[in-house]
Amino acid sequence: MPKLKIPKSAPSLDMTPMVDLAFLLVTFFMLTAKFRNMEPIKADPPYSVSLTQLPEKVMLITIDTLGRAYFDISGRTVREKLLSRMMSRYPQMQLNAEQMESFSKMGTFGMPVELLGQYINAEDDVKEAMDKAGKGIPLDSLNNQLGSWIQEGYYAFVEDATEQGLTKEQLKEDGLRYAIKADANTEYEKIEKVIDVFREKQIFQFNMVTSLAGSDESADANLDTK
Amino acid sequence: MAEIVEGGGGGDKHGKKRPKKSSARIDMTPMVDLAFLLLTFFVLAATLAKPKAMEIIYPKEVDDQKDKTKLDDALATTLLLGEHENEVFYYTGVFKPDSTELKLTNFGKDGFRKIMLEKNFAVNDQVNQLKQKLESKEIDEPTYQEAYKQVVGAETAPFVVIKTVAKTKFKNVINSMDELNICNVRKRAIQDMAETEAIAVRMRSAELDLKSQEGYRKAKNKL
Repeated sequence: MPKLKIPKSAPSLDMTPMVDLAFLLVTFFMLTAKFRNMEPIKADPPYSVSLTQLPEKVMLITIDTLGRAYFDISGRTVREKLLSRMMSRYPQMQLNAEQMESFSKMGTFGMPVELLGQYINAEDDVKEAMDKAGKGIPLDSLNNQLGSWIQEGYYAFVEDATEQGLTKEQLKEDGLRYAIKADANTEYEKIEKVIDVFREKQIFQFNMVTSLAGSDESADANLDTK
Repeated sequence: MAEIVEGGGGGDKHGKKRPKKSSARIDMTPMVDLAFLLLTFFVLAATLAKPKAMEIIYPKEVDDQKDKTKLDDALATTLLLGEHENEVFYYTGVFKPDSTELKLTNFGKDGFRKIMLEKNFAVNDQVNQLKQKLESKEIDEPTYQEAYKQVVGAETAPFVVIKTVAKTKFKNVINSMDELNICNVRKRAIQDMAETEAIAVRMRSAELDLKSQEGYRKAKNKL
């Protein structure tokens, strides 16, 4: 009987298609991934079973356990427009082109307009200290800067959308949404204060950021600032 | 450990250099390892970072008393959220300071959800029927949405009022809304607690010793 020949060299497998596929997927995930901005405060949202995703075009107010409010809005061009609107509203805040550029790339912030320029210029560790000592964006009735940010944010968004050629009907379907991300242990009174600011501006519909119940990871809102 | 396996090669008789005939093969294992490592990282990072949101619509400020929606008291359930996260009570109907008994509840699956699922039985039944119809393609999505709104907004559907004090924890409010979403209770409102109710909550809480872990466990076991 002929002996079965066992090849002596190691069996080799052509891995090229697998590598192709793996790198294709890596490239895809790398390109679709969004970079998350550093968040100045810690706010772990409560859990819920809601599966609705946070909308893409969103104005996000973050509230921490101390009731400090922080502002964020998606879209770089929107942010640029928003800042120039705010500068004409608050003449005490004057920023140069470079500062405007870094503002449009920045994520959530919680500084009164008087300190915003200083905050943008500051180094990371100084920023951290400013956030720690800061009181968030003022929202009391005498100095309602949060209200101004919300209002001008809306106008800046509409202006930007009109430039992009979106019609009013499209905006109704796919317009700016308002989200509130509050720490689970925040006192409800402090959230109501922010909601009251919105209500003054005739905004009644909110998305409360939550993490999915059952997952240990607390989800973070990542806003696209491209 | 990447090695290039060369077959033959070298100069030939005439001393001329010729291109190798067999292809150079590279051991791709480490590269594949790396590629899959990156792939795993991006896949995990991408799915975990997606934030979820819960939509809440607040009512407009109503000045005129006549504009306020009139609702039947018999359908009312009121959820009282106290200062401490354990202080979750409910009562049905109208609040009477001396006779209404506040019942302790929680946001577990045998807590408030069970109560509301029972109360909202008729609505849930109809919603389930609608869902089945949607699944069997009897009706399309917009029709379903329209019918769903009709069912949950029906005049006879029970409604829930969530009452908060200044120091109520936000997570309790979200938990309540979550339970109501699960139970298909769409007629609901968030209000400030009346002083009489706040006093009743404080008294009941002290009576059951809810702020201590032990007291809460005891009270919960009695449910």
